[in-house]
Amino acid sequence: MKHIAIGILGAATLGLMASAASAGTLDTVKAKGFIQCGVSTGLAGFSAPDDKGDWQGIDADFCRAVAAAVFGDGTKVKFTPLSAKERFTALQSGEVDILSRNTTWTINRDTALGLNFIGTTYYDGQGFMINAKKLPGVNSALQLSGAAVCVQSGTTTELNLADYFKANKMEYNPVVFEKLEEVNAAYDAGRCDVYTTDQSGLYGIRLTLGSPADHVVLPEIISKEPLGPAVRQGDDQWYHIVKWTYFALLDAEELGITKANVDEMKNSASPEIKRVLGQEADTKIGTDLGVSNDWVVNIVKATGNYGEMFDRNVGSGSPLKIARGINALWTKGGLQYAPPIR
Amino acid sequence: MASQEILREEPSRGSFVNDPRIRSLFFQTLVVVLLFGSIWWIVQNVIDNLQRLHIASGFGFLKGRAGFDISDTPIAYTSDSTYGRAIVVGLINTIIVAVAGIITATIIGFIIGIGRLSQNWLIQKICTVYVEIFRNIPPLLVIFFWYSGVLAVLPAPRDSYHLPFGSFLNQRGFYFPRPVWGDGSWLILVALVVGIAMSWFVARRARQRQMATGQQFPVFWTSAALIVGLPLLAYVLSGFPLSFDLPKQSTFNLTGGFQVKPEFLSLYLALSCYTAAFIAEIVRAGIRGVSKGQTEAAAALGLRSGSILRLVVVPQAMRIVIPPLTSQYLNLTKNSSLAIAIGYPDLTATAGTVLNQTGQAVEGVLIMMIAYLILSLVTSAVMNVVNARMALVER
Repeated sequence: MKHIAIGILGAATLGLMASAASAGTLDTVKAKGFIQCGVSTGLAGFSAPDDKGDWQGIDADFCRAVAAAVFGDGTKVKFTPLSAKERFTALQSGEVDILSRNTTWTINRDTALGLNFIGTTYYDGQGFMINAKKLPGVNSALQLSGAAVCVQSGTTTELNLADYFKANKMEYNPVVFEKLEEVNAAYDAGRCDVYTTDQSGLYGIRLTLGSPADHVVLPEIISKEPLGPAVRQGDDQWYHIVKWTYFALLDAEELGITKANVDEMKNSASPEIKRVLGQEADTKIGTDLGVSNDWVVNIVKATGNYGEMFDRNVGSGSPLKIARGINALWTKGGLQYAPPIR
Repeated sequence: MASQEILREEPSRGSFVNDPRIRSLFFQTLVVVLLFGSIWWIVQNVIDNLQRLHIASGFGFLKGRAGFDISDTPIAYTSDSTYGRAIVVGLINTIIVAVAGIITATIIGFIIGIGRLSQNWLIQKICTVYVEIFRNIPPLLVIFFWYSGVLAVLPAPRDSYHLPFGSFLNQRGFYFPRPVWGDGSWLILVALVVGIAMSWFVARRARQRQMATGQQFPVFWTSAALIVGLPLLAYVLSGFPLSFDLPKQSTFNLTGGFQVKPEFLSLYLALSCYTAAFIAEIVRAGIRGVSKGQTEAAAALGLRSGSILRLVVVPQAMRIVIPPLTSQYLNLTKNSSLAIAIGYPDLTATAGTVLNQTGQAVEGVLIMMIAYLILSLVTSAVMNVVNARMALVER
């Protein structure tokens, strides 16, 4: 029901927005004093409220990083939980300023939906999870013909699933829900045999099930799922701020700037580190972007660098314990690579 | 006379501004211009904003490949079908659950409504409790009650309940044998149609005879014999062409047979139970609205209590019942959009998925609104015809 409401709201907003008045997102955000950040309705490690109601996860922290760049204060964020179906309308209609919600970057979303993805904050791929106790003989996705598969509607997952079973000439029985919690509950109750979503998500969801040890994630990865934040098209300044926040997180990790040592690093001998942290004389890097010159300092102070964000939310410092893998920096054999800040 | 004529002429003699005809014309034109002007402004703004935000628009997307699967497909549909077809599948699913729900809700509603007026204390109280429970719970909770409370706690496919006639019940739904029509089975269908036609004819003749002579004829038993007997005879004569595809256990699920999924079952049961509570109250009000003198007069003529209800009270009560009943049917149809909470692929769910996969929010919502509007208007039209037939014919 809620997505309809948002759909109507979106349609109405599109209808009633005065066509001429379109102040830049940065000005709007500064005027209201916070960033409205679209997150998931609860996916451990990416965006989920903790026991105090604070949003935790790599996607939530990314919005905090942008807030730190804009305001110098990472707490000036308000979160809007969105279902997979609601997310794009919410961004298009201006209800949120950033969509940071484990969303796969595809060409269709970049072109026909009027979005701009700023990069890939997490390289993922779609996998399958089964209850090994109930299905002892199954150890490959190719044995799943005839299974009932739980999946969230309105996702690339739903499309990849159809493609994969068709390509392998297998039958399946889709059991489709709008909200992640509904899919979790249905899988836990045994309504379906298989749960499919991004593999990182499967590890997170497994922790929330009745008896996590019974469930195994099958080895097959059936798709590329580059997850990243997106903004609206037509506002280059805001797009650049969000994109370079992501690059700053990566560059900080590459240069060894951490939450703990960022103040010492300001006096570093390395000209590159000084430049990144805005300590160069007469620097205009930050102001050209539309933020203050110590924006990288603010970002790292608020959330740490990319590696710290990863470890804290999904990596070794979290219950998920996902290895860096292809999400390591390019210098360590991964895919995360940022252009230089100069 | 003269003073009246003066009064009639007076307004037009006043100033142009005070002429009521011109004033009304002016304000009506103003309202129309404002209304269409604002509609035009909104439409124009939508188009402008969509272009400014670089969002594709138009209905061309309906011809694109859908790429996702739907669990309940009453018409042929695969992931290769178009978005338009996906929406049609959803629309048909909505119609199926609405029609099934309306029929069941009406039957339960009439039974409970009449039961509330029963002389039997127990029946009356049970019916009252039913109405008070289902009328006071939001329909979404009733749906969750059936889905999570009743159907989800059934056993897993491996430990299904075995029911008579080779059917099974488990948490994946209700499975029953699917008839497979062999060669010559068209004869059975023809026999069924002939049986129904003959029953209708017999009923008509019986009524005419009763009108003319007062003699009655056992219409019910004759019709039952015709409708059941003729197809049975055809079945035997054509050499038993009908066989059954039985549900069987496989690795994951039961395969074969016909499966009614729990999503459909819970939505259908919930909508039926919920709406039946309101229909019961409408029926009770209708029966109460028939004057007591009618019952007494019928009794004085020597009719039995069943006949009084069937021939005297209910036909009159129907005139009171049908208009509010229409509203309940419309409510049921619209409430079926709650299906999304449990994953039944109705119009809202499939059109919503299309909306999301294509990003065409304005068009998607428009399609949904028009589809529900048409469904409601058709329901109203049908009920208006029924109402016109039931209305008091004044001679």
